[in-house]
Amino acid sequence: MSLVSRYLEENGVPTVVMAAARDIVEHCGVARMLHLDFPLGSPCGEPFNVAQQRDALELAFQLLETAEDPRTTAEAPFVWSEGEEWKALVFTEARPWKSGEDEQDWLRKKELYKSLKAEGKV
Amino acid sequence: MAEGRKTMTYVRYIDKTREYYRSQGYEKPYQWAHFDDVPFTPLAKPLAECRVALVSTGEVEVRGADLSEDENQMGNVGGVYSIPSDTPEDRLFSASHSYDKHATTLEDVNAFFPSARLHEAVASGRIAGLTDRFIGVYNAYSQRRTMERDAPEVLKRLREDGADIAVMVPV
Repeated sequence: MSLVSRYLEENGVPTVVMAAARDIVEHCGVARMLHLDFPLGSPCGEPFNVAQQRDALELAFQLLETAEDPRTTAEAPFVWSEGEEWKALVFTEARPWKSGEDEQDWLRKKELYKSLKAEGKV
Repeated sequence: MAEGRKTMTYVRYIDKTREYYRSQGYEKPYQWAHFDDVPFTPLAKPLAECRVALVSTGEVEVRGADLSEDENQMGNVGGVYSIPSDTPEDRLFSASHSYDKHATTLEDVNAFFPSARLHEAVASGRIAGLTDRFIGVYNAYSQRRTMERDAPEVLKRLREDGADIAVMVPV
């Protein structure tokens, strides 16, 4: 997504990225990022928290209005309602990122990618 | 106090995933894209006059509709497709596995694809309107695929739809 954002900016389209994985987006480098310090999957607010999602989008709009330079990151002032335990547990053995059918699906797509690459289709 | 500050620190996913996949037996770490220069286009007019596009890698789909434009477009491989922006939110869903399923859920699309929130912003006059199409992009192992094929396709659709700005959401 960061790569697409960069391409749009290069071609005259202002963008704002709403992201949870702040380090990955900053490593790539984008014009504007609103960071929500939330688990991957909820970069626009907590599920079913309409008021917070509304506030998050408004913060993204404000970033579009106020940013003057690239790599402008704004931090949304929200706290995950169930605490911060997830931060220590994500990508650990205790919470495997993919398992069972998810893992099989991932491996299947990975193999397909390899075969398409071998055929020169990607 | 130091402990309090520590718990407020955001997750470093590049380091975390490198360690995790090494423990899973994958020796070669993923090379995350990195650039020294970052392009920037200033906002050219008030938001209230802007037509907004939503671009997502959340693998968002529409119940009862086949949005795919290429049999080989999917997560890991890449590809671009369009989602009608007037799709009622209860017909939108994602079957993506690329999120922290232990900590959150994809059951509310607006937490990663703020379609209903954008429609509200139009209704309130905060923005002028939305593009007819929202854009889905599949993540790809190949950064070249994203740069040379998918990103130009996104730009083409945004221009066709008169997008002034894009809200972009990785899942």
